[in-house]
Amino acid sequence: MIDIDVAFKEAKIQQFLDELDQELIGLETVKTRIKEIAALLLIARLREEQNIVTERPTLHMSFTGKPGTGKTTVAIRMAQILHHLGYVRRGHVVVATRDDLVGQYVGHTAPKTKDVIKRAMGGVLFIDEAYYLYRPENERDYGQEAIEMLLQAMENKRDDMVVILAGYKDRMDTFFQANPGFHSRIGHHLHFADYSLEELMAIAELMVQQQTYHFDPTSRQAFWEYLQHRMQQPHFSNARSVRNALDRIKLRQANRLVKQGGQVTPDELTRIDEADIRQSRVFRGGLDEEPAKMAAVGVNQV
Amino acid sequence: MRITQGTFSYLPDFTDEEIKAQVQYCLDNGWPIAIEFTDDPHPRNVYWTMWGLPLFDMKDAEAVMEEVRACRDMYSNYYIRVTGYDRSLGRQTTALSFIINRPEEEPGFRLSRTEGADRQIRYTLSSYSTDKPAGRRY
Repeated sequence: MIDIDVAFKEAKIQQFLDELDQELIGLETVKTRIKEIAALLLIARLREEQNIVTERPTLHMSFTGKPGTGKTTVAIRMAQILHHLGYVRRGHVVVATRDDLVGQYVGHTAPKTKDVIKRAMGGVLFIDEAYYLYRPENERDYGQEAIEMLLQAMENKRDDMVVILAGYKDRMDTFFQANPGFHSRIGHHLHFADYSLEELMAIAELMVQQQTYHFDPTSRQAFWEYLQHRMQQPHFSNARSVRNALDRIKLRQANRLVKQGGQVTPDELTRIDEADIRQSRVFRGGLDEEPAKMAAVGVNQV
Repeated sequence: MRITQGTFSYLPDFTDEEIKAQVQYCLDNGWPIAIEFTDDPHPRNVYWTMWGLPLFDMKDAEAVMEEVRACRDMYSNYYIRVTGYDRSLGRQTTALSFIINRPEEEPGFRLSRTEGADRQIRYTLSSYSTDKPAGRRY
């Protein structure tokens, strides 16, 4: 008899999944899929140990979603899980974009792509904004060459690395339509949904806590309103916007304390005040309002 | 005469598995691998030709093995060695170097004596194989 519980415990999968649950807020569909993949790999390994003929599951993936929804973070976690289950040998992540893969002139692309593939061996190759590889409007574009090499590597080096393609959903869909080879070689399509307001707030709380700051009740309310405003404004990129906002808030907090001078309690050093948040231009209509205002005031005063 | 240069040269030739294990050891220590080949095995010939560029930023030995196999296919009758370079300050030298391929026949070296003034004798070594022009030696 084979004890799945013991194997599950020995592989320390639960530990990784728990970490994933704690560090990543929301993303329920993604988490479920990761759990399924972990289960599949565990069973595949048990089958192998019992000498049951097992084909290696294809684990190339595509992550689609808006910016800041956690695609890169999940890719790093995924590499760790795959490494832990013995699917990849090293478990590192090599992040590549079009610049790293496609060359400038004839004969430049192949060595560049080959080099990236070699560096990713034994780990995960994460190609961000993969659709930029394919430029149908320019038929002399070298992207096609990189695509063909990647396809070949995804097929021949299946045992050596896992390729993850990432990008916006709609553009990835067109990319896959134009390159059906990719679509058929990818076993898992994961979509990262946008975060809700509650989830963004939870993310903010987590980040603040990790950086040993804290909100007081009024500043928590202010940040909630900040997020409400920010989500309506252009260039909103989910968790990344939250992080950037917190960075600016920390800056204002430090400034406020220095200006205030005198003696402060240790608690003051970690507390975020309502004023630190309310100063943000997001409350005054955001980025778009600024140029208009500048024009109205006149450049001299800026 | 079997050439003995670098590490492990008194051991039987390595299998691919063994080469890979040594390469992984280098990579785990952060030593980039370079593959070099020559058909002039004189012990003072330190400058072998490099196969491509040194393999920087590799994490997994399989990537290096691919190059090793490619080099061996191309120069199957040459001496090929793998070197791991330790760039850390204070060392900055080759940390590990071993031969992974050698010609089927190794003719060895001739010892020549030159008689100079006052009946002095000067000795020098030269490889039999280098009598032939480069590329046609083995």
